[in-house]
Amino acid sequence: MSHFHPDLRARADELVTLYPRKRSAMLPLLHLAQEQDGYLTEPAILEIAELTGTSPADVRGTAAFYDMIHLEPVGTYVVGVCTNIACLLNGGLEMLEHASDVLGCPVGGTSADGLFTLEETECLADCNLAPCVQVNHRYVRTTTPDAFSELVSDLRTGSTKHDIPSHGTLVRVRRSGGLRVTREELAAQRATAAAARAERDAAAKAAAEAAAAIEELKKQD
Amino acid sequence: MASLTAPKIVSSRAHFSDSHTIARFLDTDGYVGLRKALTMFPEQVAAEVDAASLLGRGGAGFPAGRKWSMLRKSPISYLVVNGDESEPATFKDHFLVERDPNQLVEGVIIAAYALQVSQAFIFLRGEFALGLERVQQAVNDAYAQGALGKNIFGHDFSLDIVVHTGAGAYVCGEETALIEALEGKRGFPRIKPPFFPAVTGLYGEPTVVNNVETMSNLPWIIRNGGAAFAALGAGRSTGTRLFALAGRVNHPGVYEIEMVKNTFRDIIFDEALGGGIPGGKALKAIIPGGVSSPWFGPELLDTPLGQDEVGGLGSMLGSGSIVVLDEDSCVVRAVWRITKFFSNESCGQCTPCREGSGWIERIMYRLEHGGGRLEDVDLLLDLCDNIAPGLSWPPQQTTICVLGPSIPSSVTSAIKMFRDEFVAHVTNGGCTHV
Repeated sequence: MSHFHPDLRARADELVTLYPRKRSAMLPLLHLAQEQDGYLTEPAILEIAELTGTSPADVRGTAAFYDMIHLEPVGTYVVGVCTNIACLLNGGLEMLEHASDVLGCPVGGTSADGLFTLEETECLADCNLAPCVQVNHRYVRTTTPDAFSELVSDLRTGSTKHDIPSHGTLVRVRRSGGLRVTREELAAQRATAAAARAERDAAAKAAAEAAAAIEELKKQD
Repeated sequence: MASLTAPKIVSSRAHFSDSHTIARFLDTDGYVGLRKALTMFPEQVAAEVDAASLLGRGGAGFPAGRKWSMLRKSPISYLVVNGDESEPATFKDHFLVERDPNQLVEGVIIAAYALQVSQAFIFLRGEFALGLERVQQAVNDAYAQGALGKNIFGHDFSLDIVVHTGAGAYVCGEETALIEALEGKRGFPRIKPPFFPAVTGLYGEPTVVNNVETMSNLPWIIRNGGAAFAALGAGRSTGTRLFALAGRVNHPGVYEIEMVKNTFRDIIFDEALGGGIPGGKALKAIIPGGVSSPWFGPELLDTPLGQDEVGGLGSMLGSGSIVVLDEDSCVVRAVWRITKFFSNESCGQCTPCREGSGWIERIMYRLEHGGGRLEDVDLLLDLCDNIAPGLSWPPQQTTICVLGPSIPSSVTSAIKMFRDEFVAHVTNGGCTHV
């Protein structure tokens, strides 16, 4: 019995086939587990181990390396406030403090109602709109404390005016099309290119030889 | 005066609100470069990029054409595109994947054709959720248009692109760590030699790793010729480049300007670019190429934005990021935050980086928050010297990758330029900036 819901399990099965080796699907599968559960659960770890041909310890050990993968439950909304250099110079630390007050949770913690988890992040690469805030990895572009407070009250009342999917959901665009070229096809493709190159080199060589012969004849004249 | 006459090579569509759509792309020279490339021999395409002298836009500035030709001896198995942009205050790849994903995909197909690979991976930061969706859409659209898949546009060339998602680790921007992450492991940089993934890359096979911006330049280069690209800029720095301007400026943003023809003063103060510093405050320092680079003082504002021009003065153009500190910015706080970043992001393999970054961060913390000691300033320099002996530029390497030796840049720059501020933090019992 799969821990993943049938549609997610289908996507997991597809992910594994996209790469020459199954293990390469590790990070996308970790994200997929978070898309379903919000964080990386024990049953998901077991299933990812099976999907990638690794051990549960290996999956856990890999997941622990990456900041985006949560090994503990998180709130409905994971709020990330950047305090790295460009944001620091534009009130990032103050924004983080403000966020902690407004959300009612310490940095790195989850609010009592389970709605928000607050994180201090490294640079989120949106430095022209500093300080940078992401909610469930969507840039919300609230650069002032007031705008941030307003966003939070929207989220509290369940307003849908912000395009923020559930935590862990990263890519909602499904892959269409696709091809896995076999080694044989690749060899054939390369052979065709090599033959064309050889033909061209031979033609160039013949032309050069002809030009040299003409030069030689001219000299003899 | 800023020189703003150069054509927009990678940001020509960015001003359209629908710049990311396939419709806009097809309306504005979309796939024209690819169609032309497919009528050329693969090595002619590579020669065109060589003629452009396109320097890699990831940070190291290695010539892209040479990266390809070095590998000619053995066939390349995989092309990997590095979109794991995480150098603090660098946001130009973020701009490219969100604003012009189709251009990136076209560039990747052109590069794959030149290298004759049939499998490419675009590795994007997990935090770029919108960018991931747009690039996946661009790949889907390319399939629908016949620009990807079997026999692209009827030619004897086939390619698949997989969009891969990172999961939050700065070190994965290092190309061998990126490959480890793509293999589904922890992002641990690999021991060198071999220095290039071209020798031993993904799954131990020859692999080329190129940056998002590097790839995005290719459609224009093929359309207009390498010589037209090389005619822009000067010296080794050809073409235009995206600069990400941030910090204390009126108009922070991503600007595409001609290499070398503009200076730091131009990009920071020109009305069409950075527009100066808020409130007319004085400039205190600039971080010219990401937080891994040594800082410049106001006396170097007239340095041209070129690889060798900045490199010759003991720093680097690096990732194309420029951070401005004004007279009110606290340098001790800035350095503390930068070292905290390195401490968070050290992968932990090498002792000088793993331990050194943490020690430096703790000392910077107590200087900033009270509890610093006068001897801390020299202790910081001593620690930095242990990570990058001699404190020269480029730094001496004591670690597997360059993350560790990048830590001293901001610490030693700030102490050299603003030692009195460090001392004042000790005598005042912490920071007095509001």
